[in-house]
Amino acid sequence: MTIELTGERVAARLGELLPETRVEAIGHSVYVAAESLLAVCTALRDDADLRMQHLTSMTAVDYITHFETVYHLQSLAKNHLAVLKCRIDERDEPEIPSVVSVWYGAQLQEREVYDLFGIRFTGHPDLRRIFLWEGFAGWPLRKDFLQISAGAQHPGLPHFPKQEQGFGVLSGPNWTAPEPPRQS
Amino acid sequence: MTIQTEPFIVNIGPQHPSTHGVFRMRVVLDGEKIIDADMVVGYLHRSLEKLAEERTYTQNIPFTDRMDYLSAMSNNLGYCMAVEKLAGIRVPERGQYLRVIMAELQRIANHSMAIGTFINDCGAWQTPLMWMFAEREKILDLFEMTCGARLTCNYMRIGGVAFDIPDEFLPAVNGLLDDLPRKIDEYEKMLMENEILIARARGVGTIPRDLAINASLTGPMIRGCGIPFDIRKADPYAVYDRFDFAIPVGENGDSYDRFLVRMAELRESVKILKQAVPALPGGPYKVDVPLSVRPPVGDAYARVESPKGELGYYIVSDGGTAPYRFHVRAPSYINLSVLREMVIGASVADSIVALGSIDIVIGEVDR
Amino acid sequence: MTALCGYVLSEWYDLRDLGNPVQALLDWINGWGDGSTFHWLAYVVAGLIGAAAIGLFLGIAMLSLIWIERKAVSRIQIRYGPNRTGPFGLLQPVADALKLMQKEALTPLAGDKYVFWLAPVVIFIPTLLVFGVLPFGPKMTAANINVAVLYIVAVGSATPLVIFMAGWSSNNKYSLLGAMRGIAMAISYEIPMVLSLLGVVLFTGHMDLNGIVQWQQKYHVWLIVLQPLAALTYFISASAELNRTPTDIAEAESEIVAGYHTEYSGMKFGLFYAVELGNALAVSGIWATLFFGGWWLFGLDRWIPAWLIFLGKMYILYGALILTRGTLPRLRIDQLLDFAWKFLLPLALVNVLVVAAEVTIWQENGISAGWVLPIAAVINIVLSGVLIVGYTQTFGFARRQRPRRARLVTDTLAAMPQ
Repeated sequence: MTIELTGERVAARLGELLPETRVEAIGHSVYVAAESLLAVCTALRDDADLRMQHLTSMTAVDYITHFETVYHLQSLAKNHLAVLKCRIDERDEPEIPSVVSVWYGAQLQEREVYDLFGIRFTGHPDLRRIFLWEGFAGWPLRKDFLQISAGAQHPGLPHFPKQEQGFGVLSGPNWTAPEPPRQS
Repeated sequence: MTIQTEPFIVNIGPQHPSTHGVFRMRVVLDGEKIIDADMVVGYLHRSLEKLAEERTYTQNIPFTDRMDYLSAMSNNLGYCMAVEKLAGIRVPERGQYLRVIMAELQRIANHSMAIGTFINDCGAWQTPLMWMFAEREKILDLFEMTCGARLTCNYMRIGGVAFDIPDEFLPAVNGLLDDLPRKIDEYEKMLMENEILIARARGVGTIPRDLAINASLTGPMIRGCGIPFDIRKADPYAVYDRFDFAIPVGENGDSYDRFLVRMAELRESVKILKQAVPALPGGPYKVDVPLSVRPPVGDAYARVESPKGELGYYIVSDGGTAPYRFHVRAPSYINLSVLREMVIGASVADSIVALGSIDIVIGEVDR
Repeated sequence: MTALCGYVLSEWYDLRDLGNPVQALLDWINGWGDGSTFHWLAYVVAGLIGAAAIGLFLGIAMLSLIWIERKAVSRIQIRYGPNRTGPFGLLQPVADALKLMQKEALTPLAGDKYVFWLAPVVIFIPTLLVFGVLPFGPKMTAANINVAVLYIVAVGSATPLVIFMAGWSSNNKYSLLGAMRGIAMAISYEIPMVLSLLGVVLFTGHMDLNGIVQWQQKYHVWLIVLQPLAALTYFISASAELNRTPTDIAEAESEIVAGYHTEYSGMKFGLFYAVELGNALAVSGIWATLFFGGWWLFGLDRWIPAWLIFLGKMYILYGALILTRGTLPRLRIDQLLDFAWKFLLPLALVNVLVVAAEVTIWQENGISAGWVLPIAAVINIVLSGVLIVGYTQTFGFARRQRPRRARLVTDTLAAMPQ
């Protein structure tokens, strides 16, 4: 069985490895500040005790007042799983260091988070939108996109507000008409 | 005097017989060699994660069918497990056994299709595909018998399964299990020693072991590199710890190894089914869970070994009837992280074979 | 009674050889006037009848091939194949032809319009020309050229040019890629093909196809027994030229959508498709003529008309092409070129050497054929077996590809790398 490490366990180990970084353990997850994210991730990956070499899942949640990026880390050799979270208080231009240099698998997952939430990952080699087209206005998975209140209970389809721009390729700001083909 | 050549950009997809759906890859070619590649996905993005935030937990189960539409049972299973973990619901024995039986049947169906389409990409004009589809049709008939749908099954519920198996199910499954080992032998004889297949697939799309772990790969991709990581053994769910089965691993991490891993997994699934079907207990197949279940505040991550890899569901609940955040860790999407490494330096033909061996389903990549 | 048992009847009603009524007609035309003024008319009529016959045959043959191919390939794939249009799906080719004719034939705007239109027309020509020299019966060759083997090779090498015309004029990168691959492959496979045909020509001493068939009739043997290596090399190289799986990289559907004919739609595509099948039939026809006795079948052509025997052989050997198409995956271009240059070419060269030696010994010393042919047959068959098996084992085509199974692990935690 994969052991799900509690927050305290991981926080204690991190306290031994990186004494000056502040980590907070709440339930089964460990909260880390954005500035120390890279150092913590590298320590978790390389530590002989924890060996978190596999980044199983990376995503983000919008808690209206702040964002949280969630990292599920796994050690294949030791068979345990830990949850790392990082809180971002900035709403308009959220930024966080990218962990691509630690785990290569974060590359596509961070692109997805950027595309859907608008969180910029500094140090990512190729941060572009992946599911939505270039020129799409807005960050769909944020709670204020389409103004749906959190925790809706049987809401039915809400009344969608009109989108002024970026709705469709032919009207987005980055679209230019192609050249007519040359007659041979 | 050197000849001045210009590299040329070719678009592979999105309408293409071999890209497993609407997947687009832009490659820069120098003759037949690829010097750069870029993938473009999102043609099937249906924003399921956003839509799920407006619907109750039970209403979201059909959404999960449509993500990896070729292995709907596994998708349903992962989601139901995540909600049960969050809400602390225990599934009765019969429900667990039925879940395992359906998941393994789904694995056989999916691998038949994956192997068939892989060899189709290598160029064998659908002959192995049609042969393997004969078994897949029988399995889809079993699904239709039980839940009414062949592909988007919507069978698992929070707390168990939706329907009990009808009377014709067990004789049909037993007939299938008697036939399958012989059929798998036939497929092995036809495919594994085929010189052309070996020449096409060996050494193509090789992933080194360290990159496989670092790139978060799971499923046959990582098992092909020799790392025996399978959630059914590492983190058993739903009575898998009661069955005796092995995990096939490859050696080099190339397309041929992934193909071998999938062929061997067919046999292992038959082994699990032969242990699970006779041991099916009686009793209730689901617990009574209210239609609009309200799990307590918190978050949970549950995962299953879907035929494509580790399918994980991360659900955040705020105490309401709809999930606050519904995230799917899609194995096909994450397995595509290494596409550039596999494809650069290979020829166009090899890139199609490598892409086919990842076994992606665009419904899952794009969600 | 004697008329039926004797072979050489040569009356106009002897339909065992359809050349008889034609010959009677031509003699009658020649006899007009004072016996020499209307030779030109007989010549023209002979040409017209030959052309019309080949055209008619090819049209009907292509329709029948569509049905045979689809039914046979689908049976290999455990499915029914066409069975709705007409009884047993026999009207399926008609349905296909009608469908293709009523489609909109698109021309790419920026491509070369004239070459684009010309390519499907020109690709039909080599097929027609090759069928023109095949002997359907003792007197049923539309054009009995005395260097027919050279003619076949020359005419067949126009096909890569047409493939390039099609690929280039489409103004599409996929088509260009397919066309380049097609040319590379066609050029590589021409050489083993010509060398294998050379073996046959050396041995029989004839270049005209009717002569080769009559040589086989005279010595009562099929050339495949005497030259198995040449037969095999010819079959592989010629079927590689046909752009069928396993060598259809020029139009590899799963990689470059449809290669050089991606942009073609409607009847232009129909022509490419039909010509592919027609070429396959032509290759089986040549194979039947050169190695399997053509219209001669150990004397059975007394009772069964020779042209029926030839058609039967052609279609049965076409079955071999269907079998390779239905069962083998496709090779990559560099593997195909390796195969041609490193495997087929040396084999064909060795074959030519051995055959030339045998023929020289035979002709110089005037040994009777009853001794030479069986010994030559045995030597050739044994040599082919030894060469092929030895070559593949030593030069590693077989040794590098050892299949194996996946390793099964039960205790995963212990086997996990740390």
